[in-house]
Amino acid sequence: MPELLNPQEKLTPDTFLRGLWEENPVFVMLLGMCPVLAVTSTTLNAIAMGLATTFVLVCSSLLVSLLRDWIPKQVRIASYIVIIATFVTIVDYAIQAISLELYAALGAFIQLIVANCVILGRAEAYASKQRLHTTLVNSLGMGAGFTLALLALGTVREVLGNGTLLGVHLFSPDFQPWIVMILPPGGFFVLGVWLLLFNWLRQSKVRRAAQFSGAPADAR
Amino acid sequence: MHAEPLSLIFLNAAIVNNFVLALFLGICPFLGVSGKKETAWNMGLATMFVMLVSSAAAYGINWLLTQLGLEFLRLICYIAVIASAVQLVEMFVKKTSPALFRSLGIFLPLITTNCAILGLALFQTSKEYDFVQSLVYALGAGVGFTLALMLMAGLREKLSLARVPSVSQGAALSLMLAGLLSLAFMGFAGLGGGHG
Amino acid sequence: MTTEVQIQPQAATTPAWAMLRTLGGIALLSGLLVALVYQFTLPIIAENQRVLTEKAVFRVLPGAVGKRDFVITPEGGLAPAETGASGDLIYGAYDADGRLLGLAITGSGPGYAGPVKVMFAYDPGCDCITGSKVLQSNETPGFGDKLDFDPDFLKNFEALDARLDAAGTALANAIVTVKHGTKSEPWQIDAITGATISSKAMGRAANSAAQRAVPAIERDLAVLTSPPSP
Repeated sequence: MPELLNPQEKLTPDTFLRGLWEENPVFVMLLGMCPVLAVTSTTLNAIAMGLATTFVLVCSSLLVSLLRDWIPKQVRIASYIVIIATFVTIVDYAIQAISLELYAALGAFIQLIVANCVILGRAEAYASKQRLHTTLVNSLGMGAGFTLALLALGTVREVLGNGTLLGVHLFSPDFQPWIVMILPPGGFFVLGVWLLLFNWLRQSKVRRAAQFSGAPADAR
Repeated sequence: MHAEPLSLIFLNAAIVNNFVLALFLGICPFLGVSGKKETAWNMGLATMFVMLVSSAAAYGINWLLTQLGLEFLRLICYIAVIASAVQLVEMFVKKTSPALFRSLGIFLPLITTNCAILGLALFQTSKEYDFVQSLVYALGAGVGFTLALMLMAGLREKLSLARVPSVSQGAALSLMLAGLLSLAFMGFAGLGGGHG
Repeated sequence: MTTEVQIQPQAATTPAWAMLRTLGGIALLSGLLVALVYQFTLPIIAENQRVLTEKAVFRVLPGAVGKRDFVITPEGGLAPAETGASGDLIYGAYDADGRLLGLAITGSGPGYAGPVKVMFAYDPGCDCITGSKVLQSNETPGFGDKLDFDPDFLKNFEALDARLDAAGTALANAIVTVKHGTKSEPWQIDAITGATISSKAMGRAANSAAQRAVPAIERDLAVLTSPPSP
């Protein structure tokens, strides 16, 4: 019966790749921005956050997909939230067990993964309607896209704001780091610039496609 | 920290460590709802209300869980209570002002995933504020959030009349603006922070 | 041709019990999962914490090879942590011969971006703080880092006066941070130029740590040097 209402997606490479480019959660769907701005002052934090979020995304999506036929519509959001909160708590303890220093660096934002609209959004829009294997691949793609966005910010901010990459000094000691990059305004600026770049790339792609097909280019 | 005066807590939450511009919480609604001053104002008020309710509930839940030794369930309980508070606000707004309900649209239920509210609950717990301090903290956070939203809305309303390059339209420009606002707010650092 | 349409177990109006059953089931599953992971990771996290604390203690008191935990009792004295007493922790650092090298005490002060937690080394022999190590801070990189690395700032903590007053219940002179270049007393800390807030946080951390721990240390010095119970 679900087949009629929810067309089951076939597993293709696109299922994974969508999350990286076309449906990149941060740059395209503009979701989950709070952690992107907050924990990207160093590349290591960005990677750790990306991995933690991907873990929660994949696990909760899998569980939601598994239970999708048993969750009544009215309580679905509440159910998804509880499931997501469970895995976030698990990841929270896992990180503490792995490295307390990393945990201190990421701060409250590990627990705030719960409020990451990407995860709830995917559970609602995808995991609740699709089968296990497609959900798994799609979540991995989304998580990868999210991690990529985090990396994009983390590397730029760390290199410009601290002169290091993953703690390794890149420039001579005379390099005056652009401290503002590590501070909150820097986060906003760098994300803004990345979005600008992303938009420009997408627009030129649309323009080129329109040129080939002869249709009027819709710049948005 | 227990001796922190209430005025300081309020100032801290609203301005010095503004939830949006300094702590990066509540960015999604900040970018999504700050197009017009009216919607921004309503959203700010709705969020502040949810913050106050959640803050009080979180304080109670934390006390209960500590008594029972079940601290590991804290996160799940917090988000559950926030979701319920949002449901309440939704029903309230729908009954009292259907026009407002329509104008806020999808963003009203999305208050649940507003990291600012969950962040508020988590911070007040880690700072070990007592009940009154928690409420003042929530009030300050709500005011700060509304302030940031209103500032952004004012700027964006003016900007909508100007010509901007199409690549930067939308979120990219809002983020640049937010960066400038954040830079400005950094000037408040240390305000009142030297005492207490 | 009849199409077999499977009606979902829950009809258009979902019975309340179905909703409750789902929520209850999920809540149970969640609680179970979290409880399991919590129990599993608890010892690992405790060990991590212990290692981290030990590293910090050995850093502020070089030459130490052993540490013992003590608790500041509500009466203002000290008790070995093994006795199960509850209160603020301080750490005794001992060399290879079991002699007390000093105490490691912790305090925190409000910094620019949150509390700054610091560990200080206290030497009962000179009634002064002899070292410092920032445990946790979110201070601005480049400014807050200086708290641990600026040589001039660190000099403040080589012999920071922490003598007790006549009653022995508080410091004779509270530790305080003063403007850069205006330090005139051994209990003052010269702030770092351009990082006043972080420096003040450090001063408050030192004062808070000393006010709490030094009276107890001086009162029960014998507890620190007595051999540990088997």
